[in-house]
Amino acid sequence: MQELVNIFVKGIFIENMIFAYFLGMCSYLAVSKTVKTAVGLGAAVIFVLGITVPINYLLENYVLKEGALAWLSADFADIDLSFLSFIMFIAVIASMVQLVEMIVEKFAPALYGALGIFLPLIAVNCAILGGALFMQDRQYSSIAEATSFGLGSGVGWFLAIVAIAAIREKIRYSHVPAPLRGLGITFIITGLMGIAFMSFMGITL
Amino acid sequence: MKFLERIVENMEPKFAKGSKLEKLHPVFESFMTLAFTPKEVTKKGSHIRDGVDLKRTMMTVIIALIPCLIFGMVGAGHWHYVANPTSDVDVTNFWADFGPKILYGLTVLLPLIIVSYGVGLTVEFIFAIIKGHSLHEGFLVSGLLIPLIMPADVPLWMVAIAVAFAVLIGKEVFGGTGMNIVNVALTARAFLFFAYPTSMSGNSVWFGGQPDGFSGPTALGDLATFTSDDKTSWAFQSVSDFAEVYTMEASWMGYIPGSIGETSAVACLIGAAILLFTGIASWRVMISFFAGGLAMSAIFNAWGANEFMLLEPLHMIALGGFFFGGVFMITDPVTACQTNTGKFIYGFLGGFLSIMIRVFNPAYPEGVMMAILFMNIMAPTIDHYVVQSNVKRRLKRLKTA
Repeated sequence: MQELVNIFVKGIFIENMIFAYFLGMCSYLAVSKTVKTAVGLGAAVIFVLGITVPINYLLENYVLKEGALAWLSADFADIDLSFLSFIMFIAVIASMVQLVEMIVEKFAPALYGALGIFLPLIAVNCAILGGALFMQDRQYSSIAEATSFGLGSGVGWFLAIVAIAAIREKIRYSHVPAPLRGLGITFIITGLMGIAFMSFMGITL
Repeated sequence: MKFLERIVENMEPKFAKGSKLEKLHPVFESFMTLAFTPKEVTKKGSHIRDGVDLKRTMMTVIIALIPCLIFGMVGAGHWHYVANPTSDVDVTNFWADFGPKILYGLTVLLPLIIVSYGVGLTVEFIFAIIKGHSLHEGFLVSGLLIPLIMPADVPLWMVAIAVAFAVLIGKEVFGGTGMNIVNVALTARAFLFFAYPTSMSGNSVWFGGQPDGFSGPTALGDLATFTSDDKTSWAFQSVSDFAEVYTMEASWMGYIPGSIGETSAVACLIGAAILLFTGIASWRVMISFFAGGLAMSAIFNAWGANEFMLLEPLHMIALGGFFFGGVFMITDPVTACQTNTGKFIYGFLGGFLSIMIRVFNPAYPEGVMMAILFMNIMAPTIDHYVVQSNVKRRLKRLKTA
């Protein structure tokens, strides 16, 4: 149990998708103009990461990994399908994003309009694929750990996009030099936030 | 005074619009208004006039910093003579031989202050001239805070780079004073901390002008060794041994090595009294910051997973930069939360995280500054949700009415 909490907290603060790996930047920069849409997209990312990482974990361990097919028959014990992992992971992610899109369209049409193209684009959000690949790379020992990692990274991403959206709302009336307005200042803020998040780096849980 | 005023008045036409030195008008104006009340007043409409403008506010903070400044000078001198013992200076008592100690402290601190103000104000002047507005006063305080959170042995060129970075990226790109999202002084410190870690932490930077081979970690540096599993690397056998060397009294009074201005809790408290009395710092932030720190230390103390956590809460908060951060850093009105409820949450989480980073992260025993920086970037989010919940509550009231 403690291990699960550790992985969760690590995903939020220490190995934050945005500030430690700079993954999922495109939608992070584009949809962070207001807190409301940021919360919507952040929740969608939590959902997608929380579902796809465990599904991909099952795929990885029962289909793709070398010897993973041994549960079918002893003949398959030396088959290594890991070259298929990218396409399989992406397929899972894309179908999950379709699901989210349908849910959001049905229950929150206003949010659906505000998120626009970035909702389907979660499918190619590198934070999501990054989550699956980190899961593969770190070889979590159970599906519970993979789920906790997925949810933790999602919450970390959520926190990051909500924080920057709030900051961008705050600086809306600041006299930012004209050439830096918009994306330029957002990049600088992201850098400063990265410095602040470095306070957690090096904590061993 | 009349004489001075006349000189200034005679100089004014040279900087007026259309004359030769027009471009330097912001520079002239800022120096003039530092000494005299500006002549120009608002012409239309009714306005409340008050002697307290941004410059006087900044000056009050600087006055509040003076106890820390003086204490820091004595401290810098004291630790220098601890590292380089001479027969003339008594190092067994902190306040003995006050003269030579404060003199050495001056030679350490004065160049730092000059570099910090020089570089910072140059950047500000350049921006003021380019944008054509009058100089912002914000750097008056940051320029003095930065030297106080540096170790005594930091090279001056590093300070210059850090100040330039902090003023440029931390403040001017956001539009100058009052619009920054992170505290300028903290940005300078964090920049140095990550860019030149060996000059900002470790065992060899806290004693000014120390000879090679002399090792002097801070109290927190010693404490951080407790987090290691290898008992031979511990600086002390147990936390009670630690408390005998760095006694409660020494920690509160500040007779311990550390960054120049931040060792003494008592000096910070004098500053806190000035800031709270004049109403410049928010008592909500300050009180909740200390409450947060005490709460976290008490939780750790009850938990007791390692020796570090067993330190008494009141001793824990007296060490390192906790008081300096809580009095001068987290209360920065620009980067703190703006709503009253938000201020409580902001301060409490700041204190809470400070102690948590300090204990959990052996790489950064001085976690206070990082925790405050983290809270700076979270402050707008807290504000947003406080405002939203207010809106929601009022809507509900409207519906029931």
